[in-house]
Amino acid sequence: MMQRLRTFAQSTANVRTWPLLVDLAVFAGVVGIFYALSFVGHYWFAAAVPEAYISRSPRALPMYAFYSLVRMGVAYTCSLLFALAYGYIAAYNKRAEVMMIAVLDVLQSIPVLSFLPGVMLATIAIVPGRQLGLELGSILLIFTAQVWNMAFSFYSSLKAIPRELREASSIYRFSRWQRFFQLELPFSAIGLVWNSMVSVAGGWFTLMLCEMFVFHNHDFRLPGLGSYLKTAADNNDSRAMVWGIVALIAVIVALDQVVWRPLIAWSDKFKFEQTEAAVAPRSPMIKLILDATLLRVLRHRVTEPLEEKLVRHFANHPVDRPEPVRSARLKRVQPIVVLTLIGAVVIYATVRTAMALASLPAPVYTYTFHAAAATLLRVIVSLVLAVAWCVPAGVAIGFNPRLARIAQPLAQVAASVPATALFPVILLLIIRAGGGVNTAAIVIMLLGTQWYILFNVIAGALAIPSDMRDVATVFRFNRRERWATVILPGIFPYLVTGLVTASGGAWNASIVAEYMKLGAQTYSTVGLGAQVSAASNDSNGQILLLSTIVMAAMVVGINRLLWKPLFRLAETRYRLDV
Amino acid sequence: MPEAIIQAVKVSKSYGEQDAAAVPVIAPTDLSVFPGQIVALLGPSGCGKSSLLRMLTGLSTPTSGAVLWHGKPVAECAPNVAIVFQSFALFPWLTVSENVEAPLKARGVNAFERRKRSIKILDTVGLDGFEQAYPKELSGGMKQRVGFARALVVEPEVLFMDEPFSALDVLTAENLRSELLELWDKKAIPTKAIFIVTHNIEEAVLLADRIIVLGKHPGRIRTDFEVALPRPRDRKGQEFTNYVDYIYKVLTSPGKAEPEVPLPHEAQQPAAAGAEKPSHYQMLAHARPGGIAGLLELIDEQPNGREDIYRLADELSFELDDLLPIVDASHQLGFLTVEEGDAVITAAGREFVQAGILQRKDLFHDSVLANVTLIKQITKTLEAKRDHSAPEELFHDLLDEHFPEEEASRQMETAISWGRYAELFDYDAARQRLFIPQPEGAVENVAE
Repeated sequence: MMQRLRTFAQSTANVRTWPLLVDLAVFAGVVGIFYALSFVGHYWFAAAVPEAYISRSPRALPMYAFYSLVRMGVAYTCSLLFALAYGYIAAYNKRAEVMMIAVLDVLQSIPVLSFLPGVMLATIAIVPGRQLGLELGSILLIFTAQVWNMAFSFYSSLKAIPRELREASSIYRFSRWQRFFQLELPFSAIGLVWNSMVSVAGGWFTLMLCEMFVFHNHDFRLPGLGSYLKTAADNNDSRAMVWGIVALIAVIVALDQVVWRPLIAWSDKFKFEQTEAAVAPRSPMIKLILDATLLRVLRHRVTEPLEEKLVRHFANHPVDRPEPVRSARLKRVQPIVVLTLIGAVVIYATVRTAMALASLPAPVYTYTFHAAAATLLRVIVSLVLAVAWCVPAGVAIGFNPRLARIAQPLAQVAASVPATALFPVILLLIIRAGGGVNTAAIVIMLLGTQWYILFNVIAGALAIPSDMRDVATVFRFNRRERWATVILPGIFPYLVTGLVTASGGAWNASIVAEYMKLGAQTYSTVGLGAQVSAASNDSNGQILLLSTIVMAAMVVGINRLLWKPLFRLAETRYRLDV
Repeated sequence: MPEAIIQAVKVSKSYGEQDAAAVPVIAPTDLSVFPGQIVALLGPSGCGKSSLLRMLTGLSTPTSGAVLWHGKPVAECAPNVAIVFQSFALFPWLTVSENVEAPLKARGVNAFERRKRSIKILDTVGLDGFEQAYPKELSGGMKQRVGFARALVVEPEVLFMDEPFSALDVLTAENLRSELLELWDKKAIPTKAIFIVTHNIEEAVLLADRIIVLGKHPGRIRTDFEVALPRPRDRKGQEFTNYVDYIYKVLTSPGKAEPEVPLPHEAQQPAAAGAEKPSHYQMLAHARPGGIAGLLELIDEQPNGREDIYRLADELSFELDDLLPIVDASHQLGFLTVEEGDAVITAAGREFVQAGILQRKDLFHDSVLANVTLIKQITKTLEAKRDHSAPEELFHDLLDEHFPEEEASRQMETAISWGRYAELFDYDAARQRLFIPQPEGAVENVAE
């Protein structure tokens, strides 16, 4: 009771001047959201404009940013809901679990463009003649770039819930509803927030692809930041390009301040730890939001009573109440029926795929093989380059707290700019400087993936206990010994984590990096990514299928054969927390 | 005798497949809980205490047999129970009062009533003023008070406790124990029976009206007797010590007939002692060679090389769970015998203690090869292989046939630590292979 009184007194004393302003701001926000909703509704249900005119005036930018944000927002919401459902089913349905996780692994490795023709055909067919059809297609594509790692995060969180917490919720007869909101969701919150950040970053990366594409020899353009940047590049308009990038960075930084930081600060309360951490993440925004009178009233009058009603509605239906016994025959027959159905679909799909691929001439296969090898080489080169500069830089930053304070926020902003947005600029610069598409492709892969390595190396360097560094100093290790016995083994697990993510990202980047249409000109080089992009542009279903299968096989294969063993090594031999 | 609240009829639990390959954790066991009793279930770690508790509450289903509450199967009657957990199992994202109200929410109690009941129970356990705190702001003892409040707020018919004090420091645990007894003796809580699982012998004798001692591998009741001491009980009293000694004797004499219950009271005869055939594969006690040497040195210094295990544990302030494996291991290696709850050093043990570092290794080497089946098997297998190495999985599979998964891993760990000390074989963690290290240049000879 005292506690509450004190916080109440604090809030009146500290923010006396704020509530009115904050309330006004929240009110304005509500009005704004209402207006935006009606605007979006109007736009979606208007007749379809496949090839929108994209203005290059900076004044059009706020509008385009808004369109892009709406797409991202809708796609993210869908991803979250899907991830929750998929993770939940995979975690609780023993029979489906193995298959669902394997499927997730494969889907994760399929590049976004491979989904494009199917998705577009479907959504345009479902909502014919309306802008909504096109928008839905674009949103679904962003969705495919965001959803998988979130589903995986939720699934593994569910699996990691400590046994005694589960037992407590079971012995106290929680309903499914109560268990979800008091145990499962809170326990998964931190993982979900971090993966949401990664997902949304991936969303920005694909946004550029999803707003402007060729399909059935038709140019599709949706108004947005991505198409603005692309149009600027097409017309070689440097001023517009700079404006576009500035707008993009502004949006991303604003999102970081307004959405992610408050979310991270808020999710800290879900940390599963028994003692209080010395330094907790903070965000001034979250305090403002929680203090706004309007929201407080909303919470007391609407959400809390509603939650109460729901919980009590579901009360007295404990999850573990034995189900009504189904007839033994039904129990035996049901899995057989389900498995047969799934098997039939899989066999049918395999046969159709095989037939489609069989009709391709042999040279296509040889070419695909070459392309795969070329892209693999590019991925390797970009990873090596990234390691070459990120490891020394990351270790230097990690060992020097003062440098870390300056470098980390800068690197975070740099990392949040999607490489796809910069690509036209970089491509033009490199070609003007006499380089080729090949160089540009490696640079773009590097730009897209180096951050994962850098951040992980910094984290690894920070995690090396100072005792170990002291040992190196006491025994007067020279530079080589120091790196070989302390630093490299110390950062190894983190480096592996960074490399896994970076390698996935590099493959994904290859579809943008190896193939680009600028104005009338197509810049491309031999590569699997280029093949996917070209096939998607020409709507060549067979080649798209072939190259997608090859790419998925390579990514999954590399994960299994290279990263998994390295991961195991990292977890056994190079663990520091024994 | 009043009618039992819970009756477990021939319950058993095995892990793994339901057929012959299943690993028994608890042999078929009969057990009843009567109203008005505090029952303590005591036993070494890995004997299935917690599994038994979970079956009684209905949290897990027995592999065979049935658990009845008032004569009805537990699955049908949703008994009103609560558990106090060793790890507290509080929801860290909920405040103290939200944690306590959560079980009431699940029962559809309205907000006003919930608040009333949670404030009352928090007051009872001495937590008023902390309603809005989060668990991480509280000390361990305070956290467990929240655990008690959450358990008591549903007014359970039987209160189950799974090692509730073992995560707390000695003083806090003592304090909480006596407060619990006070609530129980004053009938301040409507709970009819308390069932506590513990590995702390003194705790059991201090709290319980009745003590059940489980043996392990597979878990079975060794003895089940009533403690006829008035409360509050005096730890230093002769009768108290007699009970503690008696339990030590039971625990340190696996396989033998149970000794007599010390006091003239009508004690229940051991229910199923010796009736179940324990599994025959030798089980390694989890102790490190250094620990074994340390214990032997201590005992060797005693007159006659003999020491009461209970006194030893007390002097070292070791928990039973920490000391017994070391005693067992020394016994397995032939360095020690156990007589009447005393540990007595053997000639081999003396020799080991008095040897130097390298000789100790040799003695350990010989003793392990003579006494420990698993290590013998590993060594033979490795010697038979051309490259003198084999995947760890191979032996793990062998152990899986005899032990539950977790125990199999621990067996392997102990075997590796002993094998390394005895310089019989080594383990490559990255490749997960066991191997016999070859001296330089000897590899060619091996190939022949």
